Amino acid sequence: MQQTFVQPEFRVKIDYDKCHKCGRCVQQCGWGVYDFTERPIPHDEKCRACHRCVTYCPAHCITIEKNTLAFRDNDNWSADARKAVWTQADSGGVLLTSMGNPKPYERIFDKLVLDACQVTNPSIDPLREPMELRTYLGRKADSVAVEPDGTGGFRLAGDSGVARNIELAVPIVFAPMSYGSVSLNVHRSIAMAAERLGVTMNTGEGGMHEDLYPYQDHIILQVASGRFGLSPEVLKRAAALEIKIGQGAKPGIGGHLPGEKIDRDVSATRMVPQGSDAISPAPHHDIYSIEDLRQLIYALKEASGYRPVGVKIAAVHNVAAIASGIVRAGADYIYLDGFRGGTGATPQVVRDHIGIPVEIAIAVVDQRLRDEGIRNHASIIAAGSIRSSADAAKAIALGADAVAIGTATLLALGCHLCQSCHTGNCSWGITTQRPELTRRIDPEWGAERLTNLVNAWSHELQEILGALGVNAVESLRGSRERLRAIGLDEQTCRILGVKPAGL
Amino acid sequence: MMTAATSAPPLGVIEGYRQVTPVVERDGATAEVDATGVYFQQLNETVRRLVAEGATTVRIAGVNGQRYLGAGLAAPGVRIEVHGTAGNDTAMFMDGAEIEIFGNAQDGVGNTMSGGRVIVHGDAGDVLGYGMRGGRVFVRGDVGYRVGIHMKAYEKHVPVLVCGGKARDFFGEYMAGGMLVLLGMTGRDAAQPIAGSFLGAGMHGGAIFVRGTVEPWQCGAEVGISEAGEEHRAALRPVIEEYAAAMDMDTAEILAAPFTRIAPMSHRPYAKLYAPM
Ligand code: SF4
Ligand code: SF4
Ligand code: SF4
Repeated sequence: MQQTFVQPEFRVKIDYDKCHKCGRCVQQCGWGVYDFTERPIPHDEKCRACHRCVTYCPAHCITIEKNTLAFRDNDNWSADARKAVWTQADSGGVLLTSMGNPKPYERIFDKLVLDACQVTNPSIDPLREPMELRTYLGRKADSVAVEPDGTGGFRLAGDSGVARNIELAVPIVFAPMSYGSVSLNVHRSIAMAAERLGVTMNTGEGGMHEDLYPYQDHIILQVASGRFGLSPEVLKRAAALEIKIGQGAKPGIGGHLPGEKIDRDVSATRMVPQGSDAISPAPHHDIYSIEDLRQLIYALKEASGYRPVGVKIAAVHNVAAIASGIVRAGADYIYLDGFRGGTGATPQVVRDHIGIPVEIAIAVVDQRLRDEGIRNHASIIAAGSIRSSADAAKAIALGADAVAIGTATLLALGCHLCQSCHTGNCSWGITTQRPELTRRIDPEWGAERLTNLVNAWSHELQEILGALGVNAVESLRGSRERLRAIGLDEQTCRILGVKPAGL
Repeated sequence: MMTAATSAPPLGVIEGYRQVTPVVERDGATAEVDATGVYFQQLNETVRRLVAEGATTVRIAGVNGQRYLGAGLAAPGVRIEVHGTAGNDTAMFMDGAEIEIFGNAQDGVGNTMSGGRVIVHGDAGDVLGYGMRGGRVFVRGDVGYRVGIHMKAYEKHVPVLVCGGKARDFFGEYMAGGMLVLLGMTGRDAAQPIAGSFLGAGMHGGAIFVRGTVEPWQCGAEVGISEAGEEHRAALRPVIEEYAAAMDMDTAEILAAPFTRIAPMSHRPYAKLYAPM
């Protein structure tokens, strides 16, 4: 075979003076980096910098370094751009990668700051006063009628038109990730955590494994273009249904789970043959218009006993008008996935160059729905990417009802963002179906870590609300007056509906 | 998890339909429903209620485009007769029941269907059997565009869709499993080719049988086209027998002509498209 021009990205360095020659690194690495002849011998070109071996080496003698090969400086032709050309000249293939867009586009969340009360209105101490994080996803009534309850109080009169809502104890839900792209133990961990936290997890497009049935009241079942794993039975199990139109990491393109990842259990859950590729077409072929979307929303409602139905889209240029159509089509919530959102596999060119930031999408969708008087008809879930409670608070202040976390969920379970999920060899046992790797996640352990993470963020959200002097997260929703921009241009500020700091 | 449930949000009811419970006549396990002018929600609610109450035959008269008949119905042994024109997404997500339509059907019959049988004694519209994974859809006449897209099989669940007339473009696109049969015997337009373009485009499982021949330009790039040999005709025969019985046609006459078999060349059509980073 011809020599590839692409040199290893990382150097695996072992301090052999300290090494116990125990071989644990060999066993820990999912990508087969190490050979072992008396001592571990790394093959640098296979290393993904996932740090699994580093974490589990008892002697702490492994270091992963960047291969700092000097390329002749060229601001235009970065080393990455040169490597991409060589790789494609080798194979003729579309570059396939995973996780979210890593490019240095502006991160708007990092240019927004929150307000706090000083002197003129008091802040609230969340440790001593009630601080409500509960929120409800779904259509809210245009108006409610009340009547005397006979004991001097009031109650809602008759059918006030309030649709079924999904109650969330905190405004942080788990983002859709399919069984097949992640392991069943990951799904179990997330489902258990969702139940403990009083929030929801989302199956992604791979169907609901029967091990998840005990948590079904906390599970949103996704309906994507491949229509995998959907039977009338599971439609009625799920707490809500979600039509996946698009995903932030790969707007406008379909999904493609390679045959290698489809073992017996994945095949049974998706209801597709083992070893064949599971292909999700780019569009739903029964949705070519908003009217068609409405037809599917109501088909799902009819078939599920009128469960809430949400619609997930990627944040794209015309997102406000699209969202308006989705809400008018009868969706109970709209899920906006920004261009930083992650995925188990995507063409790199799509991940890195298509879509818009979720911050912009939240602001324009919230504003459009308000202008049209239909903001109460659907909730907004924002994702892609929410990295901290601060991002969550800013997303809510921009207009979201709740946020969804995917990449942060996987990070909590050990993911080191090596962007190699599409290989199916995740050393952390997350995005793989290899039994010796999936074993590495114990669902109990995973659920505890995820519960810790969301609890920690929830406490931080309460601190933020206290500083803002409000006692309910719903009071922060769309409250852009409580945000200021630092270093954003005037046009972006106007689109976000946020003033620059100082005004 | 759920807050107190109240009814669904009010829909903009299409003119000419009323949100009323239809008139029902019961005779033992048979129920007759008059759907004339009844909005789809009330009609489907009534059908579901009748099935839950033990009706095994539900005869619906006066159907005029009401959507979602039998949608999500998991009821083996139940038979629903539709007199009139069945609306969009009839039998969507259905499992087990049989729906016989004495008239035409609109778009989306058998969409994401799990099992059971649908018989249409007229023509049917676009997007039939999309993502279907089990059961049978039999159509006497012509079908529209995008029929049988992404049908898939799993173990003993093998969906079958047979169309007695002609089909438009994208028949069997992305097909991942099951069997699609196109007979071209009842089409209304003699000049129309039996199938449109992009037949089996992106196909990676299952098989399409066309009575007579198709031209290579009509087919997607991912398929192999050949005359069905003995082994494949043997697989086709029981399907044709069942279809002929349902349609009151002659099996021998249907099988008298040669069939073209269209099948994928790979279960992984896009395996070489990517260069993993
Ligand atoms: S795990 Fe660490 S100590 Fe053990 S063989 Fe590998 S490098 Fe040496
Ligand atoms: S891929 Fe991960 S486990 Fe393997 S050598 Fe590199 S850092 Fe270690
Ligand atoms: S899930 Fe695994 S393969 Fe994917 S980025 Fe994280 S560590 Fe790497």
